[in-house]
Amino acid sequence: MRLAPNDVAGSAGVDDDVRLVELLRAGDERAFAALIDRYHTVMLRLATVYVRDRAVAQDVVQDTWLGVLRGLDRFEARSPLKTWIFHILVNTAKTRAVREKRTIPLSALWDPTTADSFEPAVEPGRFFPADAPRWPGHWTSLPPGWDAVPEERLLSGETRSLIHAAIDALPPSQREVVSLRDSEGWTAVEVCNILQISETNQRVLLHRGRSRVRRALERYLTGT
Amino acid sequence: MTFPDELSCRELVELVTDYLEDALSPAERVRFEEHLIACPGCQTYLEQMRRTIDVLGRVTEESLEPAARDQLLDLFRNWKRGDRVN
Repeated sequence: MRLAPNDVAGSAGVDDDVRLVELLRAGDERAFAALIDRYHTVMLRLATVYVRDRAVAQDVVQDTWLGVLRGLDRFEARSPLKTWIFHILVNTAKTRAVREKRTIPLSALWDPTTADSFEPAVEPGRFFPADAPRWPGHWTSLPPGWDAVPEERLLSGETRSLIHAAIDALPPSQREVVSLRDSEGWTAVEVCNILQISETNQRVLLHRGRSRVRRALERYLTGT
Repeated sequence: MTFPDELSCRELVELVTDYLEDALSPAERVRFEEHLIACPGCQTYLEQMRRTIDVLGRVTEESLEPAARDQLLDLFRNWKRGDRVN
């Protein structure tokens, strides 16, 4: 048996999914361990977007795993295993969220136009005003490049901590889309499908989230 | 000199994700690239976004806590033993 982490990753094909599900049905604990190692923390973070309380989110993910195991005999590989698991997660989390008192309705969770108003990628003060006699809307001074930043610094533990902090500081919907797209490597189609959001909302959330992380990185790297 | 249909830097930075996601119309894409060719500031900005995405891609999820992992493996064993009859 061969079960490298990548076999359980999102890029795994239908054949890998079928094989993995066969192993799970046969009660192969290593197959299940590989699956939880791959997805559990991602699922837990996603659950906290719907239910704020971490203990409740842990319940939701645990219920999801149970739902996955109980549903294994029904899994037909028409969609990837990952998609199937995350659909169960999102449905479980939504059901649970309805029971909680929420300040933001579920329908507005992923809608950047209702969650907050326009959020510029770069502070407006870094551009000449629209009515400026020269260069309206252009950079007042060029952003300092990062070419001089050595690759080792970008890959350092300190930079990684900074990026983690910057991701954690994002509004939950932006944090999720950026993490799933850029850190987990999901496609836009997968994110839209699993979160049940429009392509436009997905792109707006990704844009705002990435822009904020870039800003944090800029402050850190160039002190501006 | 700025032509009315020319993108400003301020507008360009808002289109960077649409550009990278290939979500601009062909005409918008031409406007974007025409601005970019002539603007070192926006070239730097685009490069910064690319490096940001690259660094985000190296972030790894914290690993599953051992206690939570054990609990889930118990869940699996219980399911294996009897829960599956359901």
